[in-house]
Amino acid sequence: MSAIEVTSLKKHYGQLKAVDDISFSVQNGDIFSLLGPNGAGKTTTVEILEGLRERDTGDVKVLGMDPWKEGYTLHRRIGVIPQGFRFFDKSTPIEAVKYYAELFEAKVDPDTIIKEVTLEDSKNTIFENLSGGQKQKVGLALALVNSPELLFLDEPTTGLDPQARRTMWAVIRSLKREGRSILLTTHYLEEAQILADKVAIMNKGKIIAAGSPQELIDRYGSGKRQVMVSDTLEDVFVKLVGAPIEDEGEIVKAS
Amino acid sequence: MTSIKRILADLSVFRHEYLRNRTGFFFALVFPVILIVIFGAIFSGGSSGPITVYAQNRDTGQFGTNFLHVMNSTNVTQIIVIPNNESLTDYLQSKSGGIGLYIPANFSSDILSGSKVNITVFSNPTDTSGIGVFELVTGVANYFNLERVGATPVIGLQSQSVVSKSYTYIDYLVPGLIGFSILTSPMFSMVNISSEYKKSKFFKQLSLTPLTKGEWLTSKVIWYVLLSIISFFLMTFFGRVLFQAQITINAAVVPFLVIGPLFFVSLGMLVGTVTKSVESAGVVGNIITFPMMFLSGTFFPISEMPTYLQEFAHVLPLFYLIEGLNNVMVYGNYSQALVDIAVLIVLSAVVFVLAVRFFKWRED
Repeated sequence: MSAIEVTSLKKHYGQLKAVDDISFSVQNGDIFSLLGPNGAGKTTTVEILEGLRERDTGDVKVLGMDPWKEGYTLHRRIGVIPQGFRFFDKSTPIEAVKYYAELFEAKVDPDTIIKEVTLEDSKNTIFENLSGGQKQKVGLALALVNSPELLFLDEPTTGLDPQARRTMWAVIRSLKREGRSILLTTHYLEEAQILADKVAIMNKGKIIAAGSPQELIDRYGSGKRQVMVSDTLEDVFVKLVGAPIEDEGEIVKAS
Repeated sequence: MTSIKRILADLSVFRHEYLRNRTGFFFALVFPVILIVIFGAIFSGGSSGPITVYAQNRDTGQFGTNFLHVMNSTNVTQIIVIPNNESLTDYLQSKSGGIGLYIPANFSSDILSGSKVNITVFSNPTDTSGIGVFELVTGVANYFNLERVGATPVIGLQSQSVVSKSYTYIDYLVPGLIGFSILTSPMFSMVNISSEYKKSKFFKQLSLTPLTKGEWLTSKVIWYVLLSIISFFLMTFFGRVLFQAQITINAAVVPFLVIGPLFFVSLGMLVGTVTKSVESAGVVGNIITFPMMFLSGTFFPISEMPTYLQEFAHVLPLFYLIEGLNNVMVYGNYSQALVDIAVLIVLSAVVFVLAVRFFKWRED
């Protein structure tokens, strides 16, 4: 069964066709990445799937439910990091997790979740004093409180520095290993290439290409092959600043 | 289904948000106390002492001295006689326009000869105590006129207060400032929170949890009810200890301390919800809050205002809160307090329903 089934989805704002007749599905256990430039319609699509916006037409099933009509039930089974995630300025990550645990009536150990998102060192720092990367990790921690089957991560690494992004990637991969389905929107192409099983590229409200990253490269690429003789600049940067490097889903310390 | 557990969880994070933010804490609890100390210090006892009157007595006979003696014996005025070689008007100006009384040189001789003679009262039109002094001088002069012709007064005067005890400004100020804090702290905070959370999509984020908007709003109401109770005890304590305010504490204040915050939390929420931006929400919030703050009898009784403003005050919800608190805490007028609370309950129900209706977790 698919985690998400979207058929002929449309959402218009006056003349603007924010989402213009798109269809796709996300298989259970997959990381599905929605790519596209700003204004392509990614966030509108995701918010419709999360039950935050009402669609104009089309059929949408998320975990077998209509997200607009059955949102309240659906929300107990999904986790979300919205774009521009925020929390109460004066609360700490551990308080945030406890708050969500109370709301979801979830019997979880807050410290375990904090550890899972590698936020132990700043678990008692109030939210407004956290770095951008740490704030996103709080978002991820909250998305995990209710042990969701499906996660929506809307640009979770935008604005993060390279090491914070790689830490986030490691966590996302470990979530996939736990069998969770993930819908990831991003405008970092390498992020999708590294993480996603399937990608769909959106532009002006339409899906213009879909498939696995390799299929898309094969279908739309130039066919040229480049031999990498050195790391990327990002690899060098991360190595120099001594950040944890994600390597095949494990977090290892750069030497 | 509404969950007490979720309401308490939300109350807990909001408490952190509030108490760890010193500005909110200051304006909710410290600022009203500062106001009570300042206003109390300015006005307490000011009306109970005698009015100082600077008198120049140029009379060469005995009647001038007798006149001043009678004035002094009323305890309404305290006469300070200034030397005859000084100019009374210059002297009064040096006292920032104090009240003066001038008795001319021929006062006694004119009384004895039956010639008309004038006593002059100098006063500053902005100082209302001048009217009292003028009336007193008129009364004493009439007494002298009657004495001169040997007449006996027929109409006597007996003074009786319409209330069983005498009130001071501070008695009135304490309920006013409790009302002030019940108005300002939820209004400023809720207008800002609701517009800002809407803009930053924080409400949407909260809508992804099982927390309902009714539960969210309820936890805010509970918080501001708790603050209003703390504020009530703080104000009462400082009013009593510092200025000997004669105010009653009894259970009848409770409905006002609950319905007041309910009303202003809902109103703040409504303003923040229906306005388009954080900035416009702030402007609309201030347009509603400031006239209410000054025209509802917070700092002075509305009976001192012009009639049209008094009528306007009757459409301001804060008026009913402050009048109700006064009726309970100062006058013991419970029947009128029932009317006040009834008005507040109706207004709160309307505004609460509107706030919940217009306040959206998610978008169409």
